[in-house]
Amino acid sequence: MAEQSLKGIGVSDGIRFGSVLLYQPNSASQTPVRETIDPSETDAELSRLQKAKDASYQELEDLVAHTRQTLGEDKAVILQGQQSFLADPSFYPEIERLVSSQHKSAELAVKQIVDQFVMIFESMPQEYMRERASDLKDIGNRMLAHLSGAQGVRLSEIREEIILVADDLTPSDTVQLNRQYVRGILTRIGGKTSHTAILARSLGIPAVLGIGDALDLLHDGDEVILDGTAGLVILNPEESTRQTYEQKQREEADYLKSLEEFQNQPAKTSDGKTFEIAANIGTPAEATAAVEGGAEGVGLYRTEFLFMNATSMPTEDEQFEAYKSVAETMAGRPVVIRTLDIGGDKELPYLSLPHEMNPFLGYRAIRLCLDRPELLSTQLRAILRASHYGKLKVMFPMISNLSEFRQAKAIFREVAEQLRKEGVPFDEAMEVGIMVEIPSAALLADQFAREVDFFSIGTNDLVQYTLAVDRMNEKVAPLYDYFHPAVVHLIHRVIDASHRAGKWTGMCGGMAGDPLAAPLLAGLGLDEWSMDANSIKKVKHKISTLHHEECKQLAEQALQLGTAEEVRALLGGK
Amino acid sequence: MHSQQTTIQNEHGIHVRPAQLLVQTANKFSSDIKLVAEDGRRVEAKSILGIMTLGLTKGAAITIEANGADEEAAVAELVKLFESKFGEE
Repeated sequence: MAEQSLKGIGVSDGIRFGSVLLYQPNSASQTPVRETIDPSETDAELSRLQKAKDASYQELEDLVAHTRQTLGEDKAVILQGQQSFLADPSFYPEIERLVSSQHKSAELAVKQIVDQFVMIFESMPQEYMRERASDLKDIGNRMLAHLSGAQGVRLSEIREEIILVADDLTPSDTVQLNRQYVRGILTRIGGKTSHTAILARSLGIPAVLGIGDALDLLHDGDEVILDGTAGLVILNPEESTRQTYEQKQREEADYLKSLEEFQNQPAKTSDGKTFEIAANIGTPAEATAAVEGGAEGVGLYRTEFLFMNATSMPTEDEQFEAYKSVAETMAGRPVVIRTLDIGGDKELPYLSLPHEMNPFLGYRAIRLCLDRPELLSTQLRAILRASHYGKLKVMFPMISNLSEFRQAKAIFREVAEQLRKEGVPFDEAMEVGIMVEIPSAALLADQFAREVDFFSIGTNDLVQYTLAVDRMNEKVAPLYDYFHPAVVHLIHRVIDASHRAGKWTGMCGGMAGDPLAAPLLAGLGLDEWSMDANSIKKVKHKISTLHHEECKQLAEQALQLGTAEEVRALLGGK
Repeated sequence: MHSQQTTIQNEHGIHVRPAQLLVQTANKFSSDIKLVAEDGRRVEAKSILGIMTLGLTKGAAITIEANGADEEAAVAELVKLFESKFGEE
């Protein structure tokens, strides 16, 4: 077979060799082999059913333990819910009854009972009840897979080193990934800022997404080289190609090794200017990884994971425990907590939000929270209470005008006042800032700077909104570029406005973790840089090679340029 | 047999968490306990799936029926749970 090079979007750096494992989550849905059994076979059928149930239960048990270890308690809870259905007196005993009294096959019995509940749940008006239907289907598929004996691939059970190839990976797929065995990820759809990309980077798994129909060229066991840095996959590599990539891989390993000494050092330029380097996290468990990776703080704690993986709204105490645990893990290092950023594409089953045509411009984040202020006040109470245990700061996402900030700040003040009255301790000096991800907020940075304590620039959305590029659409991916001079100007404007007002600016989007952007951001005077824990040593190293005064001149030049390509060229990139 | 009627008072009705609380509470008793909806549908109070299929929303009436050694205590405690709105605000 001839060598073939396939182009996708490189979203997580690194080179990996391996054989392909095709993952098709729905391939396990088979029709029953037969519908009824002979009465004499009843006992055998019941024992087959029992085995499938026990195996499914055990599988969930393993999955719960694995998930709890890798991703924290909140994600383990969903799977525990499925386990409780398996143990429910209205579920399994009913399946058994169909086999023993009506002599149906185990497969048909499982299907009938599952379908019966699915139908009931799907007809309910509440979104969070309809969601239960998918839990039941999942259990049904699990049992059917065990009954057929021919199981589909289960991500949590992969025990050999492979390159995982799939159309797309859902959040519940990705929580099961074991980085020890999954050496690389390749998908048909997705881009730089899709969920899979963010997760691949935080796990340090090289990934190429958005490869399109070229995916159909791949089969189980095919030998490939995946280059997550260049966004390339080489199918059936020739010996000479293999050698080239082995060399590249060695160089990359040497480079990473050489960076280790920078990991736990401050990020300091050759002329002595230091910058604060922080990590982006989504769960308390990731805070530990952030500290190990050399983070001097958390620049973005995405609280929505706590909400997205629950079956009902997390209570104030549940939130408090999560925030407190992050505050304590970070041991006095600053932690910027972003308030709930859901709605649009990130749904909460128990909130029953309407489906929108244009979710990124819709009812989400602070817009939703100001409309349902009890969500925000509960979260702010939990954050304020946790602030007693470390150094917490709070920021509001998707702010497009000053009134929104004022309303949110008023709720913050009310909640603080209540706590004061109740005698609950909290940090009276807690900083309150905004995320700058909408161009209107960047343009009015001077006005905002009088009222906020800090800015954090979310480049992922800022680029999408400034350049009118859907960041989930691989067809327009080449247009998505944070080196576009318009974006650079907005960043410049925000940083300058904050400094004029004696405030500071951070950045928590993908740009902050890109070593190529470092001279530009240093020159623009970015105070706090927040990124995936894996990028920290690369960026710290890059900063150590820079001269701050030269970077300032470079930034001045960049602001004069007309295209993203010119900015990249100025920075020495391709 | 002992029974008593009560009303769903919590804002979001009987979603997963209240259903879990109901099952946990019902399991503390040896009696056979049923929930009966206004339309006559009757489910096992020790089954979370059963309870959720009733799709109980705020304002719905529900009858708790218990049969067994601790039937009175079971009904009393379950009614209390409904009245406390399952600890929700």
